[in-house]
Amino acid sequence: MSVSLGTQTLSTHSGPTKVHVKDLSFWYGDFQALTGISVDIASKATTAFIGPSGCGKSTFLRCINRMNDLIPGTRAEGTMLIDNADIYGSGVDPVDLRRRVGMIFQQPNPFPQSIYDNVAYGPRLQGIRKRAELDSIVEDSLKRANLWKEVKDILGKNGLTLSGGQQQRLCIARVLAVQPEVLLMDEPCSAIDPTSVQKIEDLMSEIKETVTIVIVTHNMQQAARVSDFTAFFLQEFAGEPAELVEFGRTNELFTSPVDKRTEDYITGRFG
Amino acid sequence: MNKRITNKLALGVLWGAAILTVAVLGAVLLYVFVNGIRVISPTFIFTWPHGVNAEGGIWPTIVATVYVTALAMLISTPIAVLAAVYLAEYAHQGRVVSTIRFAADSLASVPSIVMGLFGFALFVEAMGMGLSMISAALALSLLMLPIIMRATEEAIRAVPKYMRWGSYGLGATKWQTVSRIVLPAAAPRIVTGVVLSAGRAVGETAVVLYTMGQAVNMPVTPLDSGRPMTVHLYLLAVEGINLPAAFGTALLLIVLILGFNLSARWILRHYRKV
Repeated sequence: MSVSLGTQTLSTHSGPTKVHVKDLSFWYGDFQALTGISVDIASKATTAFIGPSGCGKSTFLRCINRMNDLIPGTRAEGTMLIDNADIYGSGVDPVDLRRRVGMIFQQPNPFPQSIYDNVAYGPRLQGIRKRAELDSIVEDSLKRANLWKEVKDILGKNGLTLSGGQQQRLCIARVLAVQPEVLLMDEPCSAIDPTSVQKIEDLMSEIKETVTIVIVTHNMQQAARVSDFTAFFLQEFAGEPAELVEFGRTNELFTSPVDKRTEDYITGRFG
Repeated sequence: MNKRITNKLALGVLWGAAILTVAVLGAVLLYVFVNGIRVISPTFIFTWPHGVNAEGGIWPTIVATVYVTALAMLISTPIAVLAAVYLAEYAHQGRVVSTIRFAADSLASVPSIVMGLFGFALFVEAMGMGLSMISAALALSLLMLPIIMRATEEAIRAVPKYMRWGSYGLGATKWQTVSRIVLPAAAPRIVTGVVLSAGRAVGETAVVLYTMGQAVNMPVTPLDSGRPMTVHLYLLAVEGINLPAAFGTALLLIVLILGFNLSARWILRHYRKV
């Protein structure tokens, strides 16, 4: 097996790489949040980011679809390639990038519209207007998000009337409707009920046939259940930038971590 | 003094102040109601004045007031909403924006008699629109603009950040996010602001006195002059020709404004989703 330590990247997987990151650093104004992150994220697999609160894993996740661009005064340096193309290159429009790299947030954020319109939002942005085509996208996406059975008779109801867990699955359906290549999930299960957590974990294992998933989670059992690869982030000292401590196959990282700090974290000695 | 007595005393003072506020409102409404209800009848509402315009009904003045308010809403709402969208979503939040905001607040506090004078000089005289519905509507728009703009800005800011992120995360542009997510979500509060500003326009006297004229007319085109309810009420009372009719007009005016305020509350309660 191979691991990543500090700035040296060694591929931990034999399959194709979807996202290649080399020496990525990130600043919020004058504060450097990340330093020297290097990692290869495998295509059509699930990669989990774990680590204590404030260790920069969500910040890093938002670098992958350039969501951080929306926060004034932020800056990224280093290399971030998706399918070998630099996503921070001069010709790249973040709007197009986010169509390919979807995102699920910690707080379910359906739009105050009908369930149908929520899912059809992305396809409509791309100019799809035909009712039949939208109908089939909506149905297919809701099925893939494990929500179809619960909502198929109430598609006209406001998305905000659903339970928290259903709302989160609606958000997943909404993202799947634009057929992203990469799906970023920022603690998607931390604010919802256990039944929905189960359904989300189930759907994750189904959709990774076609989508590369990156999930940030505080829950190490969840990381162990759903992911093929795990990356451990740590901000060792307050005020210092966070770094990627260890990256490897999930079963190996959890059973025989190489770094002492990883071992301390996964055995619950801190964090 | 005993702590408990102090507590009770403080509570009593606060309670008294609250009661006084409500009592003042109640007294005004009751006074107008008691004095005005006697003359209110379908004839009073739906017929023309006659004699020296002191007898008979007040129908043309109601039409003039509603006409000019609607026209002013049509003029001010699009401008104010677009300005607010720019300020809240697009403008770099710095000195320029805070200056614009300060200007809007100052505009809102310009005495309406001054705004009337300005409207008279600009719309009636310089632009040659004469004493007319359109002159009055434009002058009223100046008063309504800052109210609608600030209401819209606050409504837009109340739309949660993570809801916008959801839209951006699906590959929406800024304009798509603003027009398809933010504005619909903010719409109930925006409409509330528009309705409240319309209530303000209905009750406005000084501005329309300068710009609309006093002739009792049934306005048809925007270039027609007319006499709004407030001016009619003023003339009836101050010239002492028909005090009961003045109270009747006052009562209808209050009912109209109350209707605006209640519908604003209703809209907010029934359509607010965020």
